[in-house]
Amino acid sequence: MRVMAQIAMVMNLDKCIGCHTCSVTCKQTWSNRTGVEYAWFNNVETKPGVGYPRRYEDQEQWKGGWMLDRRGRLVLRSGGRMKRLLSLFSNPDLPSIEDYYEPVTYDYDNLVNAPAQKDIPVARPRSVLTGRPTAITWGANWEDGLGGAPEHAGGDPNLTGEWAEKVKFEFEQTFLFHLPRLCEHCLNPACVSACPSGAMYKRVEDGIVLVDQDRCRGWRMCVTACPYKKVYVNHATGKAEKCTFCFPRVEAGQPTVCSETCVGRLRYLGLLLYDADRVGEAAATADEHDLLDAQRGVFLDPHDPEIRAAARESGIPEDWLEAARRSPVYDLVMRYKVALPLHPEYRTMPMVWYVPPLSPVLDAVDAAGGDQDDPDHVFAAVTRLRIPLEYLAELFTAGDTDVVAGVLMKLTALRSFMRERTLGEDGDEAVLKAVGLTTREAEDLHRLLAVAKYADRYVVPAAHKEDAAALTAMENRCPVESSGEPVEAGGRRVMLGIPTLRRRTTETATGGHP
Amino acid sequence: MNAAPASLAAASTSGADLLLWVAVPYICLAVFVVGHVWRYRQDQFGWTSRTTQLLEHRWLRFGSPLFHVGAFMVIAGHVVGLAVPDSWTEAVGITEHAYHTTAVWAGSVAGVAMVAGLGMLCARRLLTRRIRLGTDRSDKVLFPLLSATVVLGITATAAHNVFGAGYDYRSTVSVWFRGLFVLQPQPEAIAGAPLLFQLHALSAFLLFAAWPFTRLVHVWSAPIGYLARPYLVYRRRSAPVSAPTTGGRTRSASGSGRAA
Repeated sequence: MRVMAQIAMVMNLDKCIGCHTCSVTCKQTWSNRTGVEYAWFNNVETKPGVGYPRRYEDQEQWKGGWMLDRRGRLVLRSGGRMKRLLSLFSNPDLPSIEDYYEPVTYDYDNLVNAPAQKDIPVARPRSVLTGRPTAITWGANWEDGLGGAPEHAGGDPNLTGEWAEKVKFEFEQTFLFHLPRLCEHCLNPACVSACPSGAMYKRVEDGIVLVDQDRCRGWRMCVTACPYKKVYVNHATGKAEKCTFCFPRVEAGQPTVCSETCVGRLRYLGLLLYDADRVGEAAATADEHDLLDAQRGVFLDPHDPEIRAAARESGIPEDWLEAARRSPVYDLVMRYKVALPLHPEYRTMPMVWYVPPLSPVLDAVDAAGGDQDDPDHVFAAVTRLRIPLEYLAELFTAGDTDVVAGVLMKLTALRSFMRERTLGEDGDEAVLKAVGLTTREAEDLHRLLAVAKYADRYVVPAAHKEDAAALTAMENRCPVESSGEPVEAGGRRVMLGIPTLRRRTTETATGGHP
Repeated sequence: MNAAPASLAAASTSGADLLLWVAVPYICLAVFVVGHVWRYRQDQFGWTSRTTQLLEHRWLRFGSPLFHVGAFMVIAGHVVGLAVPDSWTEAVGITEHAYHTTAVWAGSVAGVAMVAGLGMLCARRLLTRRIRLGTDRSDKVLFPLLSATVVLGITATAAHNVFGAGYDYRSTVSVWFRGLFVLQPQPEAIAGAPLLFQLHALSAFLLFAAWPFTRLVHVWSAPIGYLARPYLVYRRRSAPVSAPTTGGRTRSASGSGRAA
């Protein structure tokens, strides 16, 4: 057993209002630079919808993630090592900028400097890639709130099968929810495995997956290999960039920027201990429906004294073990089992999990003339209304509706029980029992999902300074400095989001060349 | 090739020949070596293929593989043609005629592939505005220089060995080239070669000099090691980096040094 710690995230989707604050603050922090204008390390998608980049979930097309070959061995869907090297010259499965969207800026200058005239001056959109006026025809969340869904959302790769046909024709009447996505910091990362230069790596201490910018040679195989399409090519530097899980903040014991600024307070951060030796075996589980349990089987119980001893042996410090015991992520994923991974069938063992939304089912109950607050109505809806259930199962359980139904039942029972409690009644414990919760557990889960405070939602132990030669947060410098020449004393260049078309070579850092 | 006739001959070569066929090549090779050392130590962050596939893939899809595969064959052909003396090939029983027939045929295929590929890559760089805007100074040197070298090379072959009477560069140009590396330069060996071969040789050396300062450095990072390494890469935050250190920079090059 090789115990490793992973800083993981859970998002409670019922609480997401799709405000995009996480995306915007993430962008301001990490990707407001030239070359990654189109890249959203964190984005929020409307579901059903095609997502960002377009139809990224269609692995028949994009070849992301892992699959089992005929002999049951775990192989990258994009092909073996030799094939990867042969496609260095031209990667056949790389999304093009149109699959994301053409980044634009606006002629803000015109608003201020236009001469006096009859018409109100406008700020026209201008392509950041060409500098020319352009018509905006796509974006990172073009179908926000199902806008344009009748035209586009049918392309959602999760809409397969007969039930999906119904969804395609009745978008407005069915359901919608928001899905915030960032890098999954997988236990079995396909991007790392596909990187020919070995520039991508998973950190032993906290499991964060990073690109070493000094070793990346721009072979762009990671972009293809990542089934979530969360590795991006910086077209100005020619190197790969991705979500860093805000490692400078995490090292300092702070939550990631997306978590910190989440308006709906739907994110949870905490440690999970796992057995690194069992990852490969779990990812190669034959039946896709068993992958969820296989992944849960890799996680270790931080309350178990034997596990604690093994963790100490692996060099995990005491305060990290303490944090692992208090981890809200462990509670949601392992104790209450209400959190599910996004697309476990990609076999990357993702580490950003989701509490599936109950709202699509509640909406369906309303639409069917039922009572949202009556658990029987909701239970009946969960079992009978196939549409939201099938869809959520496609996203979170490789199509296994029983698991999703189980979680939704649990949430319904909790909702009804706590509602009665709040209204001064006793609460029907039979409902709880039916979903395997005790009163105490229900109160605890309710506290965690509904009222948990900052310190309860984010249990992030600071990195140990004595472990690290250079902890970024402690070093008083910016991790996205521009490259190149040795830095003059005191004069440290930082690449800011100055609206230049391209990053020029260093001495003319802001030379906007049209 | 002993030293005596070489130095005798050197006395009879003109100053221009010495400059063009001894001084320039050595300067270029020196720049090549020192430039690479400098760039590798100073600019790991800039050391990349500078891919533009994200912005344009329709031309690249054909142009890039054509160019690269053509280039591999051309380089292999040059290694054989320049580095292997004709006495060696004859010793293993390959006649001069057989050698040249093979060289012309294989060389033509490789050359045409390389020229076609490079032409497509140049075309997309010029015609696609997004890529043209991202073309930096080093590209503006590299693309013309590389194109000139390739075009001169294939023209020389076509003019003299495909359509012409045949020119045995192995007894002239190759002798000069090998002389440079065994430190017994023989400028007179190439001084009499046809102009196209001379120009090709010169532009090639200029290309060597420009090499370390352009995206061509990605050639040295060809990820052959990938075939052997384990799929998953773990790194400790605290581990001192085994990778190329970043010499001139003040920062410590830890794993998290510049990660995104």
